[in-house]
Amino acid sequence: MSFLAALVTALRALAKNKLRSFLAILGIIIAVAAVVATVSIGQGAQAKVAKQMASLGSNLLIVLPGSTMQHGSASGTGSAQTLTREDARAIERELGASVAAVAPVNRTSAQIVHGDQNWFTQVQGTTTAYFEIRSWEVETGALFGPEDESSATKVCLLGKTVAGKLFAPGEPTVGEQIRVKHVPCKVIGVLAAKGQSSFGQDQDDIIVMPWSTLVRRIVGSQADAVGQLMVSARSPDAVSRAEHDVTALLRQRHHRPETAVQDFQVRNLAEMQEAARESTDTIAILLGSVALISLLVGAIGIANVMLVSVTERTREIGIRLSVGARSRDVLLQFLTESTVLATVGGVLGLALGVSASRWMAFRSEWPTVLSVPAMGAALGLAALAGILAGFYPAVRAARLDPIEALRFE
Amino acid sequence: MAPSEPQAVVEKTEPRPVVATTALEKIYRMGDVEVRALRGVTLSVLPGEFIAVMGASGSGKSTFMNLVGCLDRPTHGSYRLDGEDVGLLSRDQLARVRGRRIGFVFQGFNLLPRTSAVENVELPLLYQGVSARERRERAGVALERVGLSDRLDHTPAQLSGGQQQRVAIARALVNKPSLLLADEPTGNLDSRTSLEVMDLFQELNDQGLTVVLVTHEADIAQHARRTVTFRDGLVLSDHPVVERRLARRELERKA
Repeated sequence: MSFLAALVTALRALAKNKLRSFLAILGIIIAVAAVVATVSIGQGAQAKVAKQMASLGSNLLIVLPGSTMQHGSASGTGSAQTLTREDARAIERELGASVAAVAPVNRTSAQIVHGDQNWFTQVQGTTTAYFEIRSWEVETGALFGPEDESSATKVCLLGKTVAGKLFAPGEPTVGEQIRVKHVPCKVIGVLAAKGQSSFGQDQDDIIVMPWSTLVRRIVGSQADAVGQLMVSARSPDAVSRAEHDVTALLRQRHHRPETAVQDFQVRNLAEMQEAARESTDTIAILLGSVALISLLVGAIGIANVMLVSVTERTREIGIRLSVGARSRDVLLQFLTESTVLATVGGVLGLALGVSASRWMAFRSEWPTVLSVPAMGAALGLAALAGILAGFYPAVRAARLDPIEALRFE
Repeated sequence: MAPSEPQAVVEKTEPRPVVATTALEKIYRMGDVEVRALRGVTLSVLPGEFIAVMGASGSGKSTFMNLVGCLDRPTHGSYRLDGEDVGLLSRDQLARVRGRRIGFVFQGFNLLPRTSAVENVELPLLYQGVSARERRERAGVALERVGLSDRLDHTPAQLSGGQQQRVAIARALVNKPSLLLADEPTGNLDSRTSLEVMDLFQELNDQGLTVVLVTHEADIAQHARRTVTFRDGLVLSDHPVVERRLARRELERKA
């Protein structure tokens, strides 16, 4: 009997027992739907984490000054003033191949006042490149430019939270004067909301101004020391190369040969991303194993129905044997039936799973990501489960004695 | 149709027998007990013969039938079907022989339920790798031969007993077998329908088909050309039918 003939025979046999066929595959339907839905939810979670990571900045490297050692007691990282504004310019000038942008960042905390409102927040001095690195856009107004930086113009951008604290809703903000540590400063824009960082920190509780404005006018320092450098690599793949390039360049500039201890540190977010990925992976594995167990239960359901079916159709098997069916024809017929059952169950489960995850995404704004490999694997596993579940019943059918099978009532 | 006498012709030409058994024995072991169902049966069936196998239950006629039908293998002795020794074939080889050389008709019709007449008739061809189109064509021809060309798509439940048995006969004919093996084919039918089925067998036999019919009804056996009676696993008697009954005439008389 050809495979096509076996398939047609199987489909006819299953169609004759629609309710039973449906009940047989219900387990598989639910299992595959569960696999598809849980994987899509898990991947959605991963995408969400990745998005949070991206909100920190794209392909971000952070360069921190080294620690100081005074009288044998080491201060923490960043306590030294080894990074300079000139380091930032050198990176920008010389490492264009791997580095897309570099921004010096200095921070201080300050009381800021507008009218009768005041707020204590973080003040950050940087260059225009900072906004590109962190993919941060202005909601209203405009960013400051290089000329503001070179002439230390007294302008600032407000984070969304700060804008809310200092200004009433609807009140114009752009063009207003605020005071930062008693220094008057013109608001030239409000930054788009960035929300909480993955550590729960409010990223919008900040004001940002040109680096020179902060250092020269607010802090009142003539030093060129930079708190940290934010560097963005050209692509995710270029992050490690950029890390290497930046390290080499700074070693050279700081006269630190390979053998000497560095007076700075380069950090990337890979570790943090790794940790986040691991936690979402754990969830995915957990959900996946539950789904696999239900697939197993589904397979047992099919095996059960196939066994009953073989017993019930003993006479049919006898008839087929008497008209020339060989053992392997009978085996093929029942294996095909169980495989078709499982595959149809798989397809229905796939449809159900996709609908469920769409519905979830629609109802709860939880981003679900449909994974084609997971769907393929679920379908493949379902078909495999069908073959395995059908094997024993099919072997039993194939071994029946034709005379006894014909006599069976 | 005039009654013909092909038996006489057969004897003159001495053709190769369709069925030739020599000292056929079958022993069943049930635990420690041995049941000798057949104890040495030597029998030949020539092409075009119509044999009725008779005997009480336990006489060995069903065992003989199963062996001749290649559903079972003998314990001792040989069985040649169309000259080929089939006594030692494997299970799957026997299935092949059944599919190509033997057509079965059973007492209980043994049609696949909820399956149309034409699909039932196609069944033997399915296992011989015949294409779907040719299957349909040959099944149609076979059903026409048994007078059911207007019932192709009826399921067994939609057919009378006589019609169901005709579908079964069409199924037995569809692979152009050397031997038609009928096991109590009229056992589930009323007398008139029985006659109709016997008429069909006689007609097919007149066309040259070799028929072996197992029955315990003497008047049904009278429709064959030769009667073989079994008792205790041996052939008790083997003789031509005298005063053979012709189902067509009986039907005409009843009408």
